Amino acid sequence: MAATTTETAQRWVGRSVKRVEDPRLLTGRGTYVDDLHLANLHQAAILRSPHAHARIRGIDASKAEALPGVVGVVRGKQVAELSEAFPLGVAAPVRYYSCAVGKVLFVGEPVAVVVAKDRYTAEDACDLIEVDYEPLPCVLDPEKAVEDPTAPILHENVGSNVANHRVLHYGDTDKAWAEADLIVKTGRLVFPKYGSTPVEGYAAAAQWDPLNQAYTIWSNFHGPFIMHPVMCRALGVTEDRLRFIVPPDIGGGFGIKSSVYPYMTLMAICARVTGLPVKWIEDRREHLVASSSGTDRVSYLEAAVKKDGTILGVRMKIYDNCGGYIRTPEPACLYRATGNYSGAYLFQNLKMDQYAVMTNKSLTGPNRGYGCQQLYFGLERLVDQVAYDLGMDVAEVRLKNLIPAGAFPYTTPSGGIYDSGDYSKSVRLALDMAKYDELRKRQTAARASGKLYGIGVATAVDPSVTNMAYITVAWTPEERARKGYLPKAGSSETGSVRIDPSGKAFCMVNTTPEGQGHETAVSQIVADELGMAIGDVHVITEFDTFTRTWSITSGSYSSRFASVGASAVATAARRVKEKVLKIAAPMLEVNPQDLDVRDSKVFVKGSPERSVPIRRIAGQAHWSATLLPEGLEPGLQATCMFNFPNAKPPDEKDRVDSSQTYGFIAEVMGVEIDPATGEVRIDKYVTVHDVGTLINPMIVEGQVMGGALHGVAGALYEEMAYDESGQFLAASFMDYLCPTAMEAPPIEIGHVVSPSPFTVLGSKGCGESSTMTAPAVVANAIADALRPLNIAVRELPMTPNKVWKLLQEQKAKGVA
Amino acid sequence: MSMHSISLTINGKKFEGQAEARKLLSDFIREDIGLTGTHVGCEHGMCGACTVFIDGVGVRSCLTFAVQADGTSIETVESLAKDGKLSPLQEAFWENHGLQCGFCTPGMLICAEELLRENKNPTEQEVRLAISGNLCRCTGYHHIVLSILAAAKKLQGAAQAA
Repeated sequence: MAATTTETAQRWVGRSVKRVEDPRLLTGRGTYVDDLHLANLHQAAILRSPHAHARIRGIDASKAEALPGVVGVVRGKQVAELSEAFPLGVAAPVRYYSCAVGKVLFVGEPVAVVVAKDRYTAEDACDLIEVDYEPLPCVLDPEKAVEDPTAPILHENVGSNVANHRVLHYGDTDKAWAEADLIVKTGRLVFPKYGSTPVEGYAAAAQWDPLNQAYTIWSNFHGPFIMHPVMCRALGVTEDRLRFIVPPDIGGGFGIKSSVYPYMTLMAICARVTGLPVKWIEDRREHLVASSSGTDRVSYLEAAVKKDGTILGVRMKIYDNCGGYIRTPEPACLYRATGNYSGAYLFQNLKMDQYAVMTNKSLTGPNRGYGCQQLYFGLERLVDQVAYDLGMDVAEVRLKNLIPAGAFPYTTPSGGIYDSGDYSKSVRLALDMAKYDELRKRQTAARASGKLYGIGVATAVDPSVTNMAYITVAWTPEERARKGYLPKAGSSETGSVRIDPSGKAFCMVNTTPEGQGHETAVSQIVADELGMAIGDVHVITEFDTFTRTWSITSGSYSSRFASVGASAVATAARRVKEKVLKIAAPMLEVNPQDLDVRDSKVFVKGSPERSVPIRRIAGQAHWSATLLPEGLEPGLQATCMFNFPNAKPPDEKDRVDSSQTYGFIAEVMGVEIDPATGEVRIDKYVTVHDVGTLINPMIVEGQVMGGALHGVAGALYEEMAYDESGQFLAASFMDYLCPTAMEAPPIEIGHVVSPSPFTVLGSKGCGESSTMTAPAVVANAIADALRPLNIAVRELPMTPNKVWKLLQEQKAKGVA
Repeated sequence: MSMHSISLTINGKKFEGQAEARKLLSDFIREDIGLTGTHVGCEHGMCGACTVFIDGVGVRSCLTFAVQADGTSIETVESLAKDGKLSPLQEAFWENHGLQCGFCTPGMLICAEELLRENKNPTEQEVRLAISGNLCRCTGYHHIVLSILAAAKKLQGAAQAA
């Protein structure tokens, strides 16, 4: 049971402390963007494209502008005048603005914005705008968009639909292929387009200051704050003229809100045009049709294997669908996992032939698991295929190829430096918890009685705290070597700690949490470092680019809190402690190294009765600063900007340590399929995680539970589906099927703890967790269930109608 | 558009205001009454975040017009804690990690409260069914279900003690 906030203890880290955020959230006292008050605030509504691909011949907004209460209508033309196209991570000359300019490229793309006294009036006015469209043919499949010469080209000036293409070759796959006993192929795999749909949608309010020519924007943007310079470039201002403010509470994010920045830009322009503060709160339809999602991916994987199951090498061909415009940070979905492309396995030869493609679908970006669910769906389907083709057990073939426990830190062929782990132990624990052998016996019995029962196994190396260098693998080594190119490298974060005159601690972190309990975790960490009760440690997560010391890599993404956020704030606290001890030393007539802290006191090690309260030290630092020991600054505060030395730019062979810590996940799932309805029921789900040191096990468990259901949802229910004409088919929660409590399967969680040698506390990120394994393990389990019928599983989500159709097709062939 | 007078009781206090006939109750509660604890997550009745009690019955305030609430008594999430003390249900959510981002929480609490008013000893399946109209994207529901079951136990204990 959760501990209380007033007790004192030597160690808070590692305990399931109740969250300090909860009382305000439970009583309706949270502060989300839509709860903020600004004087004379006006509201925006966005008119969106009904076409997947069309030229805009003209926009007549005269009736809208005449409607009482409307203060302005902003069109693409003004957006192009008042902003530049967003900077991109690729060389293709795509011109992406916050509002369509001349052409629309997906259903839901903003075409015009009405600003009015209230949202009701603004929406009325949207209905009065007449847009003259010339519809054009569309393309939705990323492979077709590249390979079919008849496919329409979205961006004429780009000349093709390819936003980025790289062939990355690590080791020597030709040699591996020559030495192989067998080449194993997955065939064409299709990973679906889905998003985590936080219950709070996008929200942004903007204000223009004509005197200083500066913008202030309140939003639920949660980083990476690299988007701040990106937006400055788009708005044509220097960074001192753009202020981001993020309130204390964000209603879920999951990476999706990283991509709110085009709307922040659009609202900035609306505020500038109207001269008024303007707020836009996205509604659910807007969110589903046009906010952000993960990419849908077509991939082909092959493995070169020996008869004993040893994998010598892997080749992948990948088409990632980034939608109408490649929006920064894409094509990161292709590159985020660069260092862990080879997953948990020992093979040294790897070739990735990968395309980021533009089609007439909505835009993509980070979505919990970013790039990893797509990667592991392919890789883990491939490993299963290896087992099938060699007649081996799927667990056995994995255990045979895992990186051994003694190999850490382990450098992957693509440059990742896996910090710590014991993968075999984790896989064996998952198999034991699932009672794998017993489950196989149950399966045999179930099959004998005509049931469709399948067992899946999947593993994943779970990367956290990305090194921003990885995105530059999208450029060739020659492009990265050009004169004047500034290499990108780093994954830093700031933590600040101060002790106020009353002896209480205040901490500031720039990790813009959206539900992960950072206030609680930071209070645990700092309470430990300063020998305080967590109730005496206050944590401020509200963010403001004008008042904080921040890094462009700041924010909540790539599960970076427990790695870098925790390291930064722990280091800052240690610096404050060092100063506390220096002030206390003359008072207790000992050297600082003879002192330690506990129960809000500084005491002499070995004689704890000789002590002085931290409150007294704080009193001296603040009230009697001139009398401090020589060389000490007044006050008690420290800020640490923590970075990892391994966060280097990619080398000339495209190797990069794309993340700074790497956890591990091993999962086993049992599913039963109802042949009459095609419904998949999860009967058993075991997930084992190695996240290094657990700061708060209760919070980790919550992250795993939530992540697992996101992954299961993508595998079984959710899809941002389009019809052939590019019309969006899932524009409400009646059509986009998020799982409810009734669909959530029971999940058993296990832990293996391999502390990271690279972080201050040994902790690693755990925020994305099973989002990256669940689609793979579900697919593998369903594939196992359908193998006796000779049905292959090559796509998700495996909805009942899809499963049913596969069963009927086999029946027609006389197989089933 | 013409305005209509609305007179209602909100969390035990009288409130009088004016609204267009089309104004949603959720917007009226947030913008006119000024209580921002009620959250709007979908505006089409599917996520349940905006659920409030109208005359003791859990209702989606995004599917209700403010004028329909004229003359009623409304309870929102702000009514659950009394005198600065969390209710047993809120405590159970706190102790069992029944929330992460907190955005769906007000609706979850109202629906759970409604269940526990009617069913003092719900099974896990009954709890799941009771909140099946409420979407949470953070928790995977597991800890929410545990919280509501724990709240039922707390309330039973309190009833036995009384």
